[in-house]
Amino acid sequence: MPDIITVDGLNKSFKLSAKQQKLEKSREKVIHAVDNLSFTAQAGEIFGLLGPNGAGKTTTLRMLATLIKPDSGDAILDGASISEQPELVRSKIGFLTSELKLESFFTPSYLYDFFASLHGVDPKLSDSRKNDIFEKFGINKFAEVKIADLSTGMQQKASLAISLVHDPKIIIFDEPTNGLDVITAKVVTDYLLELRAQGKTIIVSTHIFSLVEKICDRVGIIINGKMIVCDSLNAVQAGKSLEDRFFDIYAETVGAVV
Amino acid sequence: MTNKISIIIKKELARFFGDKRLVLSTIVLPCVLIYLVYSFMGSALTDMYQTDEGYKFTISTVNLPQSISALLSDMEAEITPIDEAEIPDTKNAIVEKKLDLLAIFPADFDAQVAAYGPDSAEAAPKVALYYNSTRTESSSAYSALTAILDTYEGSLANKFDVNPGNEGFNLATDKDASGFMFSSMLPMLLMIFLFSGCMAVAPEAIAGEKERGTIATMLITPVKRSELVMGKVLALAIVALLAGASSTLGTLLSLPKLMGAASENMSAAFYGPADYAMLAAVVLSTVLLFVSIISVISAYAKTIKEAQTSVMPLMIVVMLVGVTGMFGNGAKTEALYYFIPIYNSVQCMTGIFSFNAVASHMLITVLVNLAVSVGCGFLLTKMFNSEKIMFKK
Repeated sequence: MPDIITVDGLNKSFKLSAKQQKLEKSREKVIHAVDNLSFTAQAGEIFGLLGPNGAGKTTTLRMLATLIKPDSGDAILDGASISEQPELVRSKIGFLTSELKLESFFTPSYLYDFFASLHGVDPKLSDSRKNDIFEKFGINKFAEVKIADLSTGMQQKASLAISLVHDPKIIIFDEPTNGLDVITAKVVTDYLLELRAQGKTIIVSTHIFSLVEKICDRVGIIINGKMIVCDSLNAVQAGKSLEDRFFDIYAETVGAVV
Repeated sequence: MTNKISIIIKKELARFFGDKRLVLSTIVLPCVLIYLVYSFMGSALTDMYQTDEGYKFTISTVNLPQSISALLSDMEAEITPIDEAEIPDTKNAIVEKKLDLLAIFPADFDAQVAAYGPDSAEAAPKVALYYNSTRTESSSAYSALTAILDTYEGSLANKFDVNPGNEGFNLATDKDASGFMFSSMLPMLLMIFLFSGCMAVAPEAIAGEKERGTIATMLITPVKRSELVMGKVLALAIVALLAGASSTLGTLLSLPKLMGAASENMSAAFYGPADYAMLAAVVLSTVLLFVSIISVISAYAKTIKEAQTSVMPLMIVVMLVGVTGMFGNGAKTEALYYFIPIYNSVQCMTGIFSFNAVASHMLITVLVNLAVSVGCGFLLTKMFNSEKIMFKK
C-alpha cells in the first residue's frame, strides 16, 4: 500500500503563562507539545496514535487538520501540504473531535445540508448520503430536532455524520469513543471498520489500549511529544498485550510508573 | 467564491430569522418601545408646562388698581384682595402651593404711573409679583400677569410696535424648518440606532461562535477564511440594518408627539430621491463600518460578555460624535472632516437632512467607510487564521 499520509518532523511549542508554569512545576517558559514528530500512514489503514494525556496527540491531529500551524516540519495528506495548501487539505479530510461543536440552534438535517454545500457536494448526492448515514446512526428520527435537544450520544453521531459530508479519503478522529456509552461507542468503532473496508485511511488518537487492539493496523506511541515507536500493531506488541508493551516502553523512555 | 459567501450569509440569516425571540428583541421591540417611550416623553413634556384646561388661578392682590383690575377680568382667575397685614401669611400659602400668586401694587399705583416719566427724578413705581416656580400653575399665573402688565405698560406710551399681530414674520419655509429639525436630531439617533443594531448581533455571531466552539467546525471546511469573514459581516450588516430601520421607524412615528406643535410644519416629503439615495449610501457604508469594527473586537474577545464590554467604549464615542451633529450648526464644509470615520457619517447625515449635502463629501465618506471596513475585513481574516486568537481559552 502506498503512503497517503507523510508526517515529516512536525514541531509545535506553546508558551506557558506564569500560572501554568506553577501548575506544571516547570521553569520552562515554552513547552514542546510536539517534538520533531514523523510517521507515515498507508492508504486504507487505521493508524492509531497512542499516548497518555498531554503527550501531544491532539496537537498533532489539530496540525494535520490545519486548525493550527506547525512551528516547523510539514505533513503531506494525499498530496496536499498542511502548511502550503491548508484549504486543499481540508477538502480531503474529515476531522472529528469533541472540540468541534455544532450550532445547537439548527437541526442535524439543516447542518448536514449546510456543510455539504460548503464542501460543494452535489445536492442529489448529498441527499442520498445523508439518508444512508442518518439511517445507519439512527439520526433519521431526530433529523429535524434541534441539536440542543439531542442526547450527547446523538449529538456525537450527528457530528460524525456531518464531518463526513464530503466523503473524505482521510478521516482524522480525536478520541473517537470519549464520552460515549458502550452502545454508541460500538456503533462508532464498527463504522470506522466499515470506512476502512471502503478504502478510507483513518487516523485515531486514543489512550484506550483495547480500542487500538481492536481496530488499528498500525500504531505510533507518543510520549512527551516524541514518537517513541511506530510500527504495525503486531510488531509493537511483540507477543505481549499492548498494555504491557506500552508500560515497558514508558518505563524505558520516562521511567517506571509508580 | 461568491457561492460560499452566499451559503454562509443564508445560514447566518436562517440562524437569526429562525429564532423568534431574537427577531422580536432585535427588530420588533426597538420600534415599538421607542414609539411608546418617545410618545410618552412627548406628552409628558407638554403636560409639564401646561395647566389643566379650565383651571382657575388663585391670586391675592394688595391695592389692586382699577386700571389693572379691568384687564384681569379676561383671565380665568379667582382674585382675592387682601390687606398688607396678611402678606406674610399669603406668601406662606404660595410656599405651600395653596395659592398661585401674590401681586402687590403701590397704594396710589395709577397716580404714580401717571406722574412718572422717563425724566422723573424719582424711581419708577414698583409692582411685586410673588410666585412659586416649582408649581406649574403658579408659574403660568406669573407669566400671564407679567404679560398683562407689560401690555399695559406698552399701551401707556406706545411709540412703536414690533411685529404687531405676530404672524408671517418668520420667513423660514416649512422646508427649512423641517431641515433644521431633522438635521439636529436624526443624525445622532440614526448613529446610535445603527450602532445598537450592530451591537445586538455581532458579538453573538462572532464571539458567541468562538465561545461555543462552533466556529472551529467552520474553520475545518475548505472555505477560505476571507469568505467566512465576508459571509458573516454581510449577514450581520443586513440584520443590523433591519434593527436600525426598526428603531428609526419608531422614532419617525413618534416624532409628531415628541416635538409637539413644532412638528406641525415638518414633513419628510421635502427630501427628494437624491437625498434618500445619498442617505442610503451613507447609512449602508456606516453599518458596514460598525459591523466590521465590532466583529474585529468580538473576534478578539473570548466570550460574548467580554465582546459586549469591550464594545461599550466605542458606543460612547459614537454617541458623543452623534451629539456633535446637534450643535455643529450645519455640516462642515471642509473636505478634510469627511476623512474621519464615524464623524464623517454624522456630518453627511446633517448635510443631507439640512439640504446642504455635497456629493464629493458623501463620496469621500462612503469610500473612507468602505476602506476601513475592508481593512477590518483583512484584519478579521488574519484573526480567523490565527490559532492564538481563535483557540485561546
